[in-house]
Amino acid sequence: MLLTLVSALVVGLIFGTGLLVSGMANPEKVLGFLDLAGHWDPSLALVMVGAIATAFVAFRLASRRERTFLGDPLRVPTRNDIDGRLLLGALGFGIGWGMAGFCPGPALVALGAGELKAMVFVVAMLAGMGLFELIERARQA
Amino acid sequence: MTIDWAAFTPWSALAGGVLIGLAAALFLLVNGRIAGISGIVGGLLTPSRGDVAWRVAFVAGMVGAPLVWLAVTSLPAIRIEAGYPMLIAAGLIVGISTRYGAGCTSGHGVCGISRLSPRSLVATVAFMATGFGTVYVLRHMIGG
Repeated sequence: MLLTLVSALVVGLIFGTGLLVSGMANPEKVLGFLDLAGHWDPSLALVMVGAIATAFVAFRLASRRERTFLGDPLRVPTRNDIDGRLLLGALGFGIGWGMAGFCPGPALVALGAGELKAMVFVVAMLAGMGLFELIERARQA
Repeated sequence: MTIDWAAFTPWSALAGGVLIGLAAALFLLVNGRIAGISGIVGGLLTPSRGDVAWRVAFVAGMVGAPLVWLAVTSLPAIRIEAGYPMLIAAGLIVGISTRYGAGCTSGHGVCGISRLSPRSLVATVAFMATGFGTVYVLRHMIGG
């Protein structure tokens, strides 16, 4: 239990450091990548290449295991269906991402760097997530 | 399209990407979970027993990363052009959409593609497309 908490903390630190090193924690850089029609900065494509190439190995390893190194069950998503919720959600996420240049991870890191604007974004994001829970609860009631 | 070679930072982008991939790899093999930030944060809003502490620890690591960084050297530039109304609207949209879409850049873009998930592939193409489209509209149609 304690080990999984320490691991989660360390993984969060490594993830956040990766976002800082790569430039993804800087919305200006992210928007430079999303601005295909302007002066395009291809850097973020290489962030994805580096991240996917590394994580790919881990997922290969994990596919041959049923438990983690600590003996807990591996929780890998199993769904394969592509539905309207997935599609609309992803399309909407891209719009929000393009508006400010923030996705959830980089916003948390920029918040930690003391950026007030990142804090405003994160609070709004939490409100949006809360709205999702309220809508879902109302639908199920 | 013109490529902005002055802004292009291939080595730090690759190195940062490898760190992100390493984090996703460790989280999978040690914690047995997908390092999807929107899912980890979103789960905090419907807390259940035994499912809160690891999420808080992960988020603390993310938020703490710049502080650890600062202990060693000065932080890289973080420039946020968007004004407050835009940030609030963007945050709301990102919050609600990532929950409906079950993931964001990390869960779908990095982890999902790494495990060759068809759902994540479709989601990543979709959010990339509207990401490009939104910046085009804001910079070249409205702001241009």
